[in-house]
Amino acid sequence: MNRKFTMIQAITEALDQKLADDPRVMLLGEDIGVNGGVFRATEGLLSKHGAERVVDTPLAESGIIGSAIGLSLNGMLPVAEIQFLSFIYPAFEQVVSHAARLRHRTRGQFTTPLVIRTPYGAGIRGPELHSESVETFFVHTPGLKVVVPATPYDAKGLLISAIEDPDPVLFLEPTRLYRAFKEEVPEEMYRVPIGKARIVEEGSDLSIFAWGSMMRTAQLAAKQIAQEKGWSCEIIDLRSLYPLDLDTIIASVKKTGRALIVHEAHKTAGLGAEITSLINDEALIYLKAPVKRITGYDVPVPFFTLEDSYMPTPARIRQGIIDTMQF
Amino acid sequence: MLIEKDMRARAAALTGRLEDVRIPELFQVITPDGEVQQGIENRIDPALMVRMYEQMTRARAFDRKAVILQRQGRIGTYAPFEGQEAAQVGSALALKEGDWMFPTYRDHAAILTHGQTLENLFLYWMGRMEGCMCPAGKNILPPSVPIATQMLHAAGAAWANKIKGEGAISIAYFGDGATSEGDFHEALNFAGVYQLPVLFFCQNNGYAISVPFQRQSASRTIVQRAAAYDIPGIRVDGNDIFAVWLAVREAIERAQAGRGPTLIEAVTFRYGAHTTADDPKKYRDQEVLAKEWREQRDPIERLQKFLIKKELWTEEKEQVLMNKLTDEIEAAFAKVEALPKTRPVDMFDHVYADVPWHITEQRQEFLSLQDEEGGHV
Ligand SMILES: Cc1ncc(C[n+]2csc(CCOP(=O)(O)OP(=O)(O)O)c2C)c(N)n1
Repeated sequence: MNRKFTMIQAITEALDQKLADDPRVMLLGEDIGVNGGVFRATEGLLSKHGAERVVDTPLAESGIIGSAIGLSLNGMLPVAEIQFLSFIYPAFEQVVSHAARLRHRTRGQFTTPLVIRTPYGAGIRGPELHSESVETFFVHTPGLKVVVPATPYDAKGLLISAIEDPDPVLFLEPTRLYRAFKEEVPEEMYRVPIGKARIVEEGSDLSIFAWGSMMRTAQLAAKQIAQEKGWSCEIIDLRSLYPLDLDTIIASVKKTGRALIVHEAHKTAGLGAEITSLINDEALIYLKAPVKRITGYDVPVPFFTLEDSYMPTPARIRQGIIDTMQF
Repeated sequence: MLIEKDMRARAAALTGRLEDVRIPELFQVITPDGEVQQGIENRIDPALMVRMYEQMTRARAFDRKAVILQRQGRIGTYAPFEGQEAAQVGSALALKEGDWMFPTYRDHAAILTHGQTLENLFLYWMGRMEGCMCPAGKNILPPSVPIATQMLHAAGAAWANKIKGEGAISIAYFGDGATSEGDFHEALNFAGVYQLPVLFFCQNNGYAISVPFQRQSASRTIVQRAAAYDIPGIRVDGNDIFAVWLAVREAIERAQAGRGPTLIEAVTFRYGAHTTADDPKKYRDQEVLAKEWREQRDPIERLQKFLIKKELWTEEKEQVLMNKLTDEIEAAFAKVEALPKTRPVDMFDHVYADVPWHITEQRQEFLSLQDEEGGHV
């Protein structure tokens, strides 16, 4: 059967199916019940599964994540929604000091298998502080997993994996992709494994690594350059930012000899720096050019009139490809 | 009165409790019919009464214009405040020039009244950072988007006011939802411990996006939380500008006398959506509630009735005011719409006092990527 879903619909279906499948699963967050979430990801789930399992919480992120930690260590599988990534900061303490560390501190005796879902990134002309891309804070925290789907198919499969994962998972949803396009999403409960990148397009001249909404920007640039110069780019969607799929990254660089990393986050200490370093460690002698990063700038994400200038554009990526190819 | 009955009924329906906790009294001066309930109106100068009316009307005209502009795609997502004019204007008119104001994204009426320009307000909602600035000499911070965070800044600024001994106070605006965040409690606690000259001004408009206050908190009122921190609290009819003004004046006098902070709960209602991206029909009986509040408790109409009875206001004055406001708002928007576009390269400014090498480098690189017309690629 041909079912074409947006990313939002795929997320709703994953939540719906896991709620039906496992009585330990519950959702909690601000405005997720009656209102169905500000992006409508939980639309319809309250009436279907009841107010005990789809819970409108008070406006308190530390309360949401802190209580999700307690729920999860005592047998539940909470999926907490934070309305926008920038509003996770009141809960930062709970995420980094507790959720991420409890397994380690108790030598595996207590664990926190919870999922934190949150929209992130620019591109929908949101108000101030609705567009940030600060995945690094969490990738930097041992004990957490961080995943980012770039397609409806991956969104459903990765979310199911995240809910079933024994560790806390931060599930970042690129706001710009929520309703950007549809694709076929199978009805069954399939899983996309955490920790595995996806080769979006095979290529031989240069490897491009990206995630979230930058995937599509990178694809556009690669297509342009293929027409213009005949160069073939291999495009890899990392999907899982922690843990990274080192094997896929290194195999690709060994094949092409050139690497370009594209991310929306600020450049300094962004994930691109880590990937560059891994490539240097594992594939230096295969490199024909230095690894290049095309990223958001090291300035606060500007208000929406300038968000297009802040985010990597196909033109910037194109220039990055040319610089790397002609090094 | 009506609001109290509502509160009890709704709380009872949700929690099964009824009369076991006393709801603090609501301070009200003028009834919705414009009748004076208490003999305090002579504490307010007639000229100030007229100013209150003009400012509320100005704020509402701005708000309505902004909603229309958003629908036309000329400004971005906007947070309307219609219905909350008395709370915002009344509190702001009680301040003096040098007092510090810490608003949220919904407190445009308060900041306009305290001296923010219409131009900057429009700029902010047009997605331009310049809109965060305020005229020289004013202490109006940019709207706080993360909920409740600004309450601590207000406490800190008040702390400095106290140290400097200049007599200025701080006021923090926030909603009912904000009272669930840790920062709310931390701010009240600091202010109480250090006896800071700060006013915590809550507009309890009944909803935090979709969540009604009865689902936000098990406490019946916000003001009762003042007791836990041993600071004075007062619950006022937020649609009664006299009550708001008097309550805020009293709190300021207390603060200036070195007797510390006050928590004020102004009970009010937002008629419209949370923001222009929200559909209130999903979580409340929008028609009925908005109509009820508009018809029975509207802050502007209430004052108008009173002013007319006192022969302080006339139909002609109303016409003159309306024309003046339309012109003022149209002119302000025309001015900002005619401004040159933001220069993208400006985003590299003001990140640090001294520009670090990597930002200089990124700025250079950005400029080298401009297209022939100087546009952005
Ligand atoms: C820390 C944080 N969490 C979530 C949000 C998203 N958000 C914006 S407004 C809002 C509701 C606020 O309600 P309330 O404090 O009652 O103020 P009101 O909007 O009613 O004026 C929410 C949840 C936010 N801005 N900041």
